[in-house]
Amino acid sequence: MQSLAPLRWQTGTIEQIVPRTPRTRSFFLKLSEPFMYEAGQHIDVRLTAPDGYQARRGYSIASAPEMGPDRIELCIEELEGGEVSPFFHMVAEPGDTIELRGPLGGHFIWSSEEGGPILLIGGGSGVVPLMSMARHRTASGSKVPMALLFSARTWEDVIFRDELLEMHGRRDGFDLVLTLTRDVDKRDGVHARRIDSGMVMQAIDQFPALPKRVYLCGSNGFVDAAANASIEAGIPATAIRTERYGG
Amino acid sequence: MATRGFFGRSRDPSLADRVPPGQSLTDGFPVLSAGPTPRVDLKTWTFTLKHGPKPVKVWGWDQFNELPQTKMTRDIHCVTTWSKLNTAWEGVAIDDIFADVGIEPPTPYILAHSVEGYSTNVPVKDLVGGKAMVATKYKGAPLEPDHGGPARLLVPHLYFWKSAKWVNGLQFTERDELGFWELRGYHAYGDPWKEQRYTDDP
Ligand SMILES: Cc1cc2nc3c(=O)[nH]c(=O)nc-3n(C[C@H](O)[C@H](O)[C@H](O)COP(=O)(O)OP(=O)(O)OC[C@H]3O[C@@H](n4cnc5c(N)ncnc54)[C@H](O)[C@@H]3O)c2cc1C
Repeated sequence: MQSLAPLRWQTGTIEQIVPRTPRTRSFFLKLSEPFMYEAGQHIDVRLTAPDGYQARRGYSIASAPEMGPDRIELCIEELEGGEVSPFFHMVAEPGDTIELRGPLGGHFIWSSEEGGPILLIGGGSGVVPLMSMARHRTASGSKVPMALLFSARTWEDVIFRDELLEMHGRRDGFDLVLTLTRDVDKRDGVHARRIDSGMVMQAIDQFPALPKRVYLCGSNGFVDAAANASIEAGIPATAIRTERYGG
Repeated sequence: MATRGFFGRSRDPSLADRVPPGQSLTDGFPVLSAGPTPRVDLKTWTFTLKHGPKPVKVWGWDQFNELPQTKMTRDIHCVTTWSKLNTAWEGVAIDDIFADVGIEPPTPYILAHSVEGYSTNVPVKDLVGGKAMVATKYKGAPLEPDHGGPARLLVPHLYFWKSAKWVNGLQFTERDELGFWELRGYHAYGDPWKEQRYTDDP
């Protein structure tokens, strides 16, 4: 499905900034021109320097479409030496306006009407568009079986941790499988290795059938590893959709 | 509208005519694609030139590599806002593919096809006259699967999604038929200097 909203530049006003992990913060923006969006879509932001120079970057929408149409949540990780993400962490404050346009992307999207089962695999800030899908499932009252396999460095780096644990705890068909690649403590039920096919098989074990679709998001290396693990776990390559953040 | 407190990374004014608006330079080589990286077997790889539904010629890997080899060093621009200068490619110029079958382009439009059913549309005029190639090498080495190996289209003057990865054929079409990304919100032509990123961009 494709959005027909015009892609004009508009301004988003930062209403609230919420730290999620030591390296990520959520930004709640109020849109000057409200739009409908689908879970998984992103926006482009455009920052302008006093001399007219502009930098643009894409950021996935973390909120469920149900939160729209005049507010969105972004969740941005600070990359050392980066041009745009450190601005959001060190300069941006509530009340600031940011130019943006969207919603963008007509492939990495999921609507509960499409059904499932759905497997989501995210690495680090790659969880952001998957969070929108998980939240959309809950907000729409969908019972589609969904599992999120989430790889983070440590327990402190698990973005949206409390909300995800709460979703998992409802036992209504949403399963969270965590793996922490650099955690020092062993934790019950939490893996401590890079994503592999065994982990994918465990994540889809509760499904009544193979996943109808798999959404992979993160750095390029992560997405490749997750794609290989999924294919080794018996999931057809044609069911897999990817969003790569670079690197 | 200037953004409060934003100055950006220092810019090199001597490169101003090489970096299109809204782009920034990278030394890396980011990867973007819609699905998993396909594993393509050279023994069964083919490249097909079609006119509408009719195949005009099919090349196997060895045959394709016997076509004249061309080197191109160009700047490339990805719609996700990175640009990379002086990327060095080697492969077969589209002119030489057409010359091999002795064909004058019968229509003004091409749909380039890739394994897994992806496609992108490019006008013939943007492919001929030394402007584009099917690249099989990057920096002197066989093209990595991540970057579209064994063969990708290279149309460096358009946004880089037009340089379809894992390309396996070109098809002349009567009309300008939108490809995979173009049907999903990306611009039909994709000129980085005009910032033709998304469907509605002028
Ligand atoms: C569709 C899409 C959705 C995305 N969604 C999200 C999201 O939800 N959350 C999120 O956090 N990110 C997301 N990203 C990534 C985001 O767009 C940016 O790439 C990211 O924030 C880094 O931008 P930056 O300007 O901070 O870093 P950049 O300036 O782009 O640099 C990236 C890295 O490279 C180094 N570097 C590159 N060039 C130079 C140079 N010339 N000099 C010095 N160092 C350099 C920097 O040190 C830095 O570590 C998404 C990307 C895409 C394509």
